[in-house]
Amino acid sequence: MKFIISRYNPEIDQDPYDQTLELDDALLFPDSMLLDALHLLREQDPSLAYRSSCQEGVCGSDGMNVNGKNRLSCVTSLSELGQTVTLRPLPGLPIIKDLIIDMTLFYKQYKAVKPYLESLPLDLEKEHLQSPEERAKLDGSYECIMCGCCSTSCPSFWWNPDQFAGPAALLAAKRFVVDSRDIKHIDRLKELDSATTTFRCRHIQNCTDACPKGLVPSRAIQELKSIMVKDL
Amino acid sequence: MKFTESFPIETFDALVIGAGGAGMRASLQLTEDGHKTAMISKVFPTRSHTVAAQGGVNAALGNVTPDKWEWHMYDTIKGSDFLGDQDAIEFMCQEASEIVRELEHFGVPFSRLDNGKIYQRAFGGQSLHYGEEQAYRTCAAADRTGHAILHSLYQQNLRLGTTFYDEYYAVDLLKNQDGDINGVLVMNIHDGVYKILQSPHILLATGGAGQVFRNNTNATINTGDGLGMVLRAGYPLQDMEFWQFHPTGVSGKGMLISEAVRGEGGKLRNSLGEPFMEKYAPRVKDLASRDVVARAIAIEVNEGRGCGPNKDYVHLDISHIPNEIITERLPGIREISQTFLGIDPVEEPIHVYPTCHYMMGGIPTNIAGQVVSPDENGVQQPVKGLYAIGECACVSVHGANRLGGNSLLDIVVFGRKTALTIDEALKASPAQHDAVTLNLTPVVNRLNRWLKKDESNNDSITQIKKDLQLVMERGCGVFRDEPTMQKALEELKDIQKRLEHVCISDFGNVFNLDRLAAYELENLVAIGHSTVVSAHTRTESRGAHSRVDYTERDDENWLKHTLYFQENHRVTFKPVNLTPKHHDSIVPKPRVY
Repeated sequence: MKFIISRYNPEIDQDPYDQTLELDDALLFPDSMLLDALHLLREQDPSLAYRSSCQEGVCGSDGMNVNGKNRLSCVTSLSELGQTVTLRPLPGLPIIKDLIIDMTLFYKQYKAVKPYLESLPLDLEKEHLQSPEERAKLDGSYECIMCGCCSTSCPSFWWNPDQFAGPAALLAAKRFVVDSRDIKHIDRLKELDSATTTFRCRHIQNCTDACPKGLVPSRAIQELKSIMVKDL
Repeated sequence: MKFTESFPIETFDALVIGAGGAGMRASLQLTEDGHKTAMISKVFPTRSHTVAAQGGVNAALGNVTPDKWEWHMYDTIKGSDFLGDQDAIEFMCQEASEIVRELEHFGVPFSRLDNGKIYQRAFGGQSLHYGEEQAYRTCAAADRTGHAILHSLYQQNLRLGTTFYDEYYAVDLLKNQDGDINGVLVMNIHDGVYKILQSPHILLATGGAGQVFRNNTNATINTGDGLGMVLRAGYPLQDMEFWQFHPTGVSGKGMLISEAVRGEGGKLRNSLGEPFMEKYAPRVKDLASRDVVARAIAIEVNEGRGCGPNKDYVHLDISHIPNEIITERLPGIREISQTFLGIDPVEEPIHVYPTCHYMMGGIPTNIAGQVVSPDENGVQQPVKGLYAIGECACVSVHGANRLGGNSLLDIVVFGRKTALTIDEALKASPAQHDAVTLNLTPVVNRLNRWLKKDESNNDSITQIKKDLQLVMERGCGVFRDEPTMQKALEELKDIQKRLEHVCISDFGNVFNLDRLAAYELENLVAIGHSTVVSAHTRTESRGAHSRVDYTERDDENWLKHTLYFQENHRVTFKPVNLTPKHHDSIVPKPRVY
């Protein structure tokens, strides 16, 4: 199998360049994942840099652009990628080395939506009650693993990563806006009601196409907007 | 280039190393209490392995049936095969309800019962009335409880403004002129720059080390870095022979299939379609303790009743569970089965086999979270300045076998408790940073050792790691005996020698993963030694430590903890605590399920 990998070492290279690496097919199995192949490639060249950890799609470390689409390498089956695989770092953020990007702006946007529950103080003898229906409203947003595949596929985020929250942060924002336990509902909506933070989303839906967890950030953003219209 | 004994220094009241649930609960407390605290993590915090915990966290909330912490304590002691310290287990189970409600207050999206309370499911080894009917004690957020807890704790840390050092690697503990732990040398993975973080209170929360075995449910980051640091500092590791092999890992690959699957009604079947757990645990069947179920699967496969072309796994059948239950409560399991096995468990059984999951042993601590080590008279004394919590610690609440749902509990209970211990110490005596001299010689030698180049050496870090994992799997797996362990000890000597001579090939400074893997491998090899030496010493079977040549538990000789020291691979012992403070002692008896 052939891998065209974007390489960049800031200590040596002016710019990223493509390097073609080959893997002996005998080393691969029908159920090998892309991450397995990357580990084998790193055995050939220990300087090859990519992040990875859990190897099962829950930690969100190994987002990368695979044949033009943002994916997690550990849950991407090699068999669906063809004989030549092109790997690039997630687009739109600075590259640190090879397939590793600097996600500072992505995390800053997440933090800016105040992604934490603010509820009425309650003594520790009790839990907040929440009906299964109220709890079901969190499904589809709390599962986000912050891999960045969505935000780095979004043209609005590419243009204004410092101003537009991006789909991941907006998904987190929505998770707290709809949490029946949260008491900052209106404050949250007011802060999100901005031409750049939220409304820079143009519903291109790349985010939904990219999400490796099958979440639908584009719909969450639409819902967020309609809650604003209703409640503000 | 060569490292000299000079690095930039930053000072803190307290340092937390490791951003999993334990570290994150501790840093939250320390930050809230107003202490200048740094959280150091080799990955971005939400990548920590707590994120992968699935099934839930135990607490006798009594939301489904009446429940008592005393019953939870009894189950945990029995589950530990009586090696767990009863005072520590008592404390954990007493704290459980409050700490789970606190998690709920932090925003954890627990699944809910119709009355709005936290959903609780059945899990293995959990009973009502001291061993009677099945308990529903495991509080769950679908089958993503670890993810839900870790993200919520991270979010609360953001709220309070905790100082994070993301993608910093802790290389070694540093001692001051009095020999007390007083700092840590860290490397910024982004640029390879080292610095000293100096503090009188250093809390290790570095997680497990499952990477020491070939087939495991652990993340690649689980290399036992805290354990390696503690061994190099001259302190012992406790009960390292006890590794939990989770009964249901994805066969051949290792990903975890939560016990929640059996909690929700899933059944294990062999190639004859028999629900074989009825033979091994007639009363509770598939919900027996993990060590019991793992051995049963290994026996079924060894005796030729495994499934598939190579008869090397068994089936986990959930086809009889209604679709909506699977969608609501086991969505992650369905996703893992589809991704890694190409199987929809609604239609076809999941292929499972035991896989290394959890380290019951670790850095010995007391209930306050202080690391303890025997003095020259054999009396356990706190190690000044050093604390440990979570999987890297051994307090010991899991003894010889951990019950499902007790690990998420352990991390938050002792995360909070140990932060409070440090808080008290800081209130009594504020952090002093002047007139501290740190001994850097050992760590500088270690850094310089990895600058060595040797073109004639064709060995690699990856190859040594793979060989180590194989040695451990063959020599110290689900079943052990004298000859296999003796062989493993010999092979480990060879691996140690190779480790001393191998060179890395990447000498860059930016995200040098070759160097990082070398530092990690030193920890893994040290842990391999501690495991096999301890396992070889313990001539009985207890909990997860099953010896073919010593099949019975031997309370007369072995109701005691092992303590392994790196120097000369020395092993000493310490007694098990059998006296809870608010409950009668649970007297060891034969363990049947």
